[in-house]
Order: sequence, then structure tokens, then C-alpha cells
Amino acid sequence: MSSSTKWVKSGTSVPAPQTRACWPPATVRLAGSAALEGKGQLRFTSGRWSPHHNCTQVATANDTAVRGWDTRSMSQIYCMENAHGQLVRDLDFNPNKQYYLASCGDDCKVKFWDTRNVTQPVAALEEHSHWVWNVRYNHSHDQLVLTGSSDSRVILSNMVSISSEPFGHLVDDEDLSDQEERRPEDKSQEPPQDGVIATYEEHEDSVYAVDWSSADPWLFASLSYDGRLVINRVPRALKYHILL
Amino acid sequence: MAAAAAGPGPGDSPEGPDAEAPERRRKAHGMLKLYYGLSEGEAAGRAPGSDPLDPTDLNGAHFDPEVYLDKLRRECPLAQLMDSETDMVRQIRALDSDMQTLVYENYNKFISATDTIRKMKNDFRKMEDEMDRLAANMAVITDFSARISATLQDRHERITKLAGVHALLRKLQFLFELPSRLTKCVELGAYGQAVRYQGRAQAVLQQYQHLPSFRAIQDDCQVITAHLAQQLRQRFREGGSGAPEQAECVELLLALGEPAEELCEEFLAHARGRLEAELRSLEAELGPSPPAPDVLEFTDRGGSGFVGGLCQVAAAYQELFAAQGPAGAEKLAAFARELGGCYFALVERRLAQEQGGSDNSLLVRALDRFHRRLRAPGALLAVAGLADAATEIVERVARERLGHHLQGLRAAFLGCLTDVRQALAAPRLAGKEGPGLAELLANVASSILSHIKASLAAVHLFTAKEVSFSNKPYFRGEFCSQGVREGLIVGFIRSLCQTAQSFCDSPGEKGGATPPALLLLLSRLCLDYETATISYILTLTDEQFLVQDQSPVTPVSTLCAEARETARRLLTHYVKVQGLVISQMLRKSVETRDWLSTLEPRNVRAVMKRVVEDTTAIDVQVGLLYEEGVRKAQSSDSSKRTFSVYSSSRQQGRYAPSYTPSAPMDTNLLSNIQKLFSERIDVFSPVEFNKVSVLTGIIKISLKTLLECVRLRTFGRFGLQQVQVDCHFLQLYLWRFVADEELVHLLLDEVVASAALRCPDPVPMEPSVVEVICERG
Repeated sequence: MSSSTKWVKSGTSVPAPQTRACWPPATVRLAGSAALEGKGQLRFTSGRWSPHHNCTQVATANDTAVRGWDTRSMSQIYCMENAHGQLVRDLDFNPNKQYYLASCGDDCKVKFWDTRNVTQPVAALEEHSHWVWNVRYNHSHDQLVLTGSSDSRVILSNMVSISSEPFGHLVDDEDLSDQEERRPEDKSQEPPQDGVIATYEEHEDSVYAVDWSSADPWLFASLSYDGRLVINRVPRALKYHILL
Repeated sequence: MAAAAAGPGPGDSPEGPDAEAPERRRKAHGMLKLYYGLSEGEAAGRAPGSDPLDPTDLNGAHFDPEVYLDKLRRECPLAQLMDSETDMVRQIRALDSDMQTLVYENYNKFISATDTIRKMKNDFRKMEDEMDRLAANMAVITDFSARISATLQDRHERITKLAGVHALLRKLQFLFELPSRLTKCVELGAYGQAVRYQGRAQAVLQQYQHLPSFRAIQDDCQVITAHLAQQLRQRFREGGSGAPEQAECVELLLALGEPAEELCEEFLAHARGRLEAELRSLEAELGPSPPAPDVLEFTDRGGSGFVGGLCQVAAAYQELFAAQGPAGAEKLAAFARELGGCYFALVERRLAQEQGGSDNSLLVRALDRFHRRLRAPGALLAVAGLADAATEIVERVARERLGHHLQGLRAAFLGCLTDVRQALAAPRLAGKEGPGLAELLANVASSILSHIKASLAAVHLFTAKEVSFSNKPYFRGEFCSQGVREGLIVGFIRSLCQTAQSFCDSPGEKGGATPPALLLLLSRLCLDYETATISYILTLTDEQFLVQDQSPVTPVSTLCAEARETARRLLTHYVKVQGLVISQMLRKSVETRDWLSTLEPRNVRAVMKRVVEDTTAIDVQVGLLYEEGVRKAQSSDSSKRTFSVYSSSRQQGRYAPSYTPSAPMDTNLLSNIQKLFSERIDVFSPVEFNKVSVLTGIIKISLKTLLECVRLRTFGRFGLQQVQVDCHFLQLYLWRFVADEELVHLLLDEVVASAALRCPDPVPMEPSVVEVICERG
């Protein structure tokens, strides 16, 4: 069952309806609603299903805060206040690691959170020079993080230390032949580092959307305001490094 | 000329015998001349092949007048002969006069020599007479002496014998009286005398022990001596008397033959008691109840009381127990070390109490006295390592003072910052101008500099020439380089940079906790530090504290690089913060307005005017501290630039889709091609240290925000026109702030273009109307 979320903007504090669409799209009915308490004009700017909790958890971005909701009781689980200085533009969950999610916003940063400890981000990236509009984890290798920003750049980052394979691909000793036994020593001597893998500057205007291909885990696309769609690959060296 | 001198003239033979005398004289003269070294002329004349045996040689030994005259006659012409005759006459005359001169000169000397010899002759005659008389007398005396000694011979022997007996009897009397005398001495307390008597008699008594009378005397004496020893011991134990008296007791006891080790121990024990009493009184001073005296007084008392006492004890001990050898010295050293340790502990406690003050002079003087005291008395204390321990204490105190000064400097800096913040936050009274940023910056810089100089001066006291420990290797080397230069100065500069940077890192998302003016001021301060101040301070430090060891020091360039980096970060943060403020305004203005149903624009929106005012204010603020910067040359009609829709730099067909919707692809292609040729705007390019760059950064951020917000809304026709009016207004005023006005044009064109794309019914306003509205508003 695939799931998608539509994000709806609402200008008042009236309970904001959330809709869920699921196959088959015969009927769409309101499954539950939750109210956002608070002063001022609160809005839901973005939302995402958590892939881990059997479709019971949703995370939403509300202006500057990120909240998590339990759909069974429609109550708030966690809230990261003031995640980004001005506005949180997008969220994404780590497909392999529970409790980890990434958010990006108008302070030009991408922050990675552990939902069990919401006071402080686990990591932060500050590579962009203007608002970051999208952040996406690679579906299978969660150390690859893609971000698109209105400074017309797409940046592919390697967040190994907080991924599900911080030490690279570990192999059992019995599976190795004599020749291959030497390689883990090589790899263990140089653990992969966090950092920017590549910056793609083919766009001339703000990049508003980036995403990974669901067919090939090494392809991604980015879309900018001037109508340009650019499709890129992960550099080959890194791909083999991750695979082997 | 003499060699060629001819003999006398034609009248030769009658002058032959006459010629001999002058020739003799000539020879003599020649000898004299040779002697006096006047023979150069003759030598020159004689040089070629002069033969000493030559008979014709006037000055030679074998001169033969006949041969010479013959030769002359034969060889020389008449004129030459005449010449040589005159010449020779002249020479003869010269020789004569020379000889006379010699005689006259030495005449007086000859006369006086004669007189002296005559006198000597007289004197000798007289002496001879007297010597004869003396010999006669001596003979008489010898005679008499022999007669006298013969007469007195036997009497002499008897007298010697009696004298010997007399001496012996005196000694015996002394011995017999010894016990009573000793008792009297003991009663009177003249122990020294008693011991002396005892000493004198000891050997004799020992020898004649076998005689009963002597035996008795000896027993008596021993009893009394024991009694005396006991008394001495008692006196010693009481210990109320001062050290010299104690030393005397010990000396006497040693002379009496008491075992020296016991005495050692007792002596040391007594001394310990005394010194511990001193220490206790010192400790009492540390307590809180009486008002704590000056640290100088404390060290004085400690020095004179304790150390003086210790030195006396040591000196006395060494004198008294020198025979003990190394074991004794070891005991003393251990004793000194132990007590010295207690003393040092007390001193350290007292010094720890001093850490609060900022005046070093008193502390340095106290340390100086303390150190000097322990340096003076030589070998003993050196062995006990007390001098080294004292040096260590002084070093520790110096280090702590350095740390204290560093804290002081940091606190002063933070105080300055607080003052600046208060000054910035203070409400401006009407009509009174608050302190300008430049003034505040100058105040901060000068106050920090003065604090640094004060600290350096205070710390310099530690290395002053008069201070006794300033020669120690620590103070000459490590203190100056590591302690002062690295620890204090470099440490302070680094902490200044870090404090400044912490303003950048503080979660700015919370909102303006830091006033932006403070950021600007700090960035300018760090920049000034990088250009001038750091090198000035380090030069000052190096001058005052000559570094004499080789430990690595941070070069000036590293510190300058750090300062520059801090300044850059602060300035970037300032740009971000100010950009954020303006962006918020623009964002709110775009997001909260209903663009679909707005009315026809009559005037520029108030928010745009606010934006321009704020930008101007920021411009003024930055202009107070930073230089203008470089701007690209402006075209003459920049402020009158017509709106981009109809300008010549864009294709006419850009907005064609509003009239001819059949060609959307062309315009997109065209606009993309346009974009290829225009430079891409880097929103966060690194900010230079000048006003224009800062303002450019801020304006870029704000306009980019406006662009993004505009792209998210949908506009009605009048909404688009309002956007057009606003952008034109901004363009009229913002171009003068940026480095390259094309930037502003580009961004604003983008805004309007994006708005047009978001409009279902794009009908741009006439440019003349736009201008009228802008000029009016």
C-alpha cells in the first residue's frame, strides 16, 4: 500500500482537515482530524508519513515547529520548537533508521533530528546560501541526502555518521575468501566521512523540487523555476564504495 | 766628496809634515763620525768597491798619506786639487771645533767626578780608625762575659730548679683547689669557666690516678662535673634561653665529653620547639579573627622570625657538631626540610589569600623578601632544597597572578561590551544625540588597550631587576614567553575573538538577542585588531619582556588571521540579521495581502517606504564604521531608468504572451537565453569589509525573499500593477546603495516577471503613470 499526503494550508485555528488517499482511490473519506492549539495564525506547511510505525505516525511542519502526530489518537507525540528560524519548508524520514528525520527551512540549514530527543538536532548542514526547499533521503542508502534550494543549487551530501551503516558495509568473516579478507582492513582504516559529495549548479533559477528515482537508487532529478528538469547520478566512485 | 778630496795644493811637500797632524785628526774624526753614525755621506761616496785595505782611503785603517797624495797629484786636475784643498781645510776646522765642543761639554762632569773621588778617600780614612777601636772593645767585652758566667754558673742551676718546683706547686695547688673552685663556679653560674678548669685538669688527673690523693681529687671533680653537666642539661632543656646560649650549653657539654648524638637530638628537639612556636604565631595571623596584616609584614615576620631562627640553629649545629660527619648533616637537613615544609605551607596559604587584589607591587615585594631570605644562608639550606622550594612557590604564585590577570582582562572586555549594549539600548533623549558608533568603538578599543597595558605593567614587576628571583631561569624564560606572551596576551586576544564569535553562533533564531549594531562594532574592532592593534600589543610585550628561551610562540600572523576570520564572520552574521529584518517585513507584506481582489494602485505601499528608510538607516549605521567601498560606474540616467518592460535591454516579445498567448515557448526560450547572458546572482557571496558590500548583501537577501514570496502568490491585474509600482519605487532608491546597480535591476525585473507569470490577466501599467505615482508617494 502506498501512501501520499496532501498538504493543506489553513489560516485559522480551526481544526485542519487531513486527508489520506489509499488504493483503490474509490472513496476518500475523512479518517480523523486534529486541532492545532495556539495563538496567532498557525498553519500546516508540510507533512510526511513515517515509514516505520505501520502508518500510525505523521510528522507535520507548522511554521517554525515540527510536530509528530499519532493518527490513532490524533494527539501530538513530539514537537521540535523553533526547528528553523523562520519557516520549515520540508521534512523527510530516514527510511532505514527509526526515529530519525530531516528537516529544512528558511534559515538555509538542513537539520537532522532524533525524535526521542527533540531539544537538539543530531546534525546540521549549512551548505546552502538561501532557503532550502526540499530534503530527500535516498530510499535504500540513507547516507545519501539530497537538498534543493533557491540559491539554484542541488547538493548531494553524505551523512554517514547518522546513517544506518556508519562504518560502511560490514561483511561476516566466514563469507570472505582469503583474498577478500584483506579488504576490510583497508576499509576500516578510512571510515567514510560526513560531507558534501557534489554540488550541482546546472540550474539558473531557484530549485523548488528534488527527488530520488524509485527505479534506480542512484538517479535523482531536480526541477527549477525556469522549467528546467535535470537528472543526475551519484558519482560512480561513491556508488562502488557504498556497494562494496 | 771626501774620497775625491785632493790633498793640499801645489805647495805639496812643505805641507807634508803639517799634513800629517790634520790627517791624524781626520782619522780620529772619521772614527768619531763612524761612531756617531754620520758616515752615510762617506759611505755613499765610498760604496762602489771601497776597499778597507785601500791605502788611499782617508777613513781606512791603512791610510798612507804619500800614496794618497801621489794618487791625487796624478789623477786630478788643478781645479779639483784646489777644491779638495779647500775642502780639507774646512774639514780640519770642523773637526777642531767639534773636539772643543766635546771637551767643554764634559768639562763639568770631569770636575765633579774628581771631587767625589776625593771625598770618598777622606771618608774611608776615618772609617778605618773606628773599626780599629771597635775591635779593641769587643775583645774586652768577651773577656768580661766569660768571667761572669763562670761565677754564676751554679747559682743559675739552683734557680732553675726552684722555678720548676714553684710551677709544679702552683699546678698542684690548682688541682687541690679544683673541687672547691668548681663548686663555686657552679654556684655562680660561670659554667664556662668551670668547664675550662675541668678540661685543664683532666689529663693530669687521668695520668696520676693511681696516687690516692689525686684519686680523691679526681672523684670529687667527677661528682661536681656530673652535677655541672646535669645543670647544664637542665638549662638546655628548659630552652627558655635563646639560641646562642643554648649553643653555649651544648658546647660546654660537648667539652665535658657527653655523647654527642644525644646532644644532637636534644638540640634539634629544642630548636624544633622554638621554631614551631614561631610557626604557630604565624599561623595565628592567618586566621580570620584579627585583621589580617599586610602580606609584606607577614613575610617579613616569617623571614626574620622563622628563617632567621632556622639559620641560627643551622649555623650553631654545624659549628658544634661538625665532628659528626655526614650523618649529623643528614639529620640537620631532614630537620630543616620538615620545618621548612610547614613554613612553606603557611606562606602558600597566606599568598593564596592575596589572589584577589589587582595590585602586584606589594605581592612582588613580599615574594622578593621571602625569596631573598631563603637564598642568603648558603650550604645548609641549599642541601635541604629549601631555596628551590621557595623558588617553586614564587613561580606558582606568579602563574596564578597571570591567570588572575587574564580573568581580569576578560571581565573588563565583557564589561565593555555590556556598557556598549546599554548605550545602544538607552532611549535617545529628544534633541540629544546618543554616542555614535565610532565613539563607542574608540571607547572600547582604548579601554581594552589600557587594561592590557595596566596588566602588563603589573606583571612586569615580577621581572624587575631589583627583585631577587627575576634571575631565575623560569622568570627569564618561560614566564616571559609562555606565561605572559602566550598565556596572558595571546590568551586574551584569542578569548576576545571567541567571545566575539559566540555572538554569531548564539541561536539567532530566537530573535535579536544581540543588537546588530553590536555585531557591527565587534567586527570593526576585530578588523582593527587584525590590521594594527595585535602587532602593536605584541611588540609592546616583546619589548617589555625580552624572551630568552626557545619555546614556540604564536606568530603575529596567526593571531591576525584569527582576528580577520572573526571579523568576517561577525560581518556576515550582521548582514544576515539585518537582511532577515527587512526580509520579514517584505514577506509579511506579500503574504498577508489579498492580491486577487486589490484595487488599482494609487500610491506606493507604506511597507516599501519603510524598507527604503530602514535600508538608509542601515547605510548610515554601517557608514559610521566602515569605508565606502568601490562601486561600478553608473550610467548617467540610472535613476531615470525606464521600466524593464519597455527597456531596450530586453526583448520586446517578453510580455508578448499577455497579448499573443500563442507563443509561450518562444518567450520562455528567450528569457532563458537572456538569463544565460546575465550573471547569476550569488546571494551569499562573501562580504567585503566595506559599506557598499554590506549593503549589497542585505539588499540581495531582501529582494530574493521578495522574489520567492511573490512566486507563491497569485495576482490579479491590479495586484500585478501594485507590484510593478512597488518595484519601481524600490529601484528608484535602492540603486545607490549597492556596488553594481545592475543587480538591483535584475532582481526587481525578476520579481515583476514572476508576478506576471502568476497573473491570469497580466496588464502592466503605463510606465509614465508608474513614475508619477512613485514621484508622488
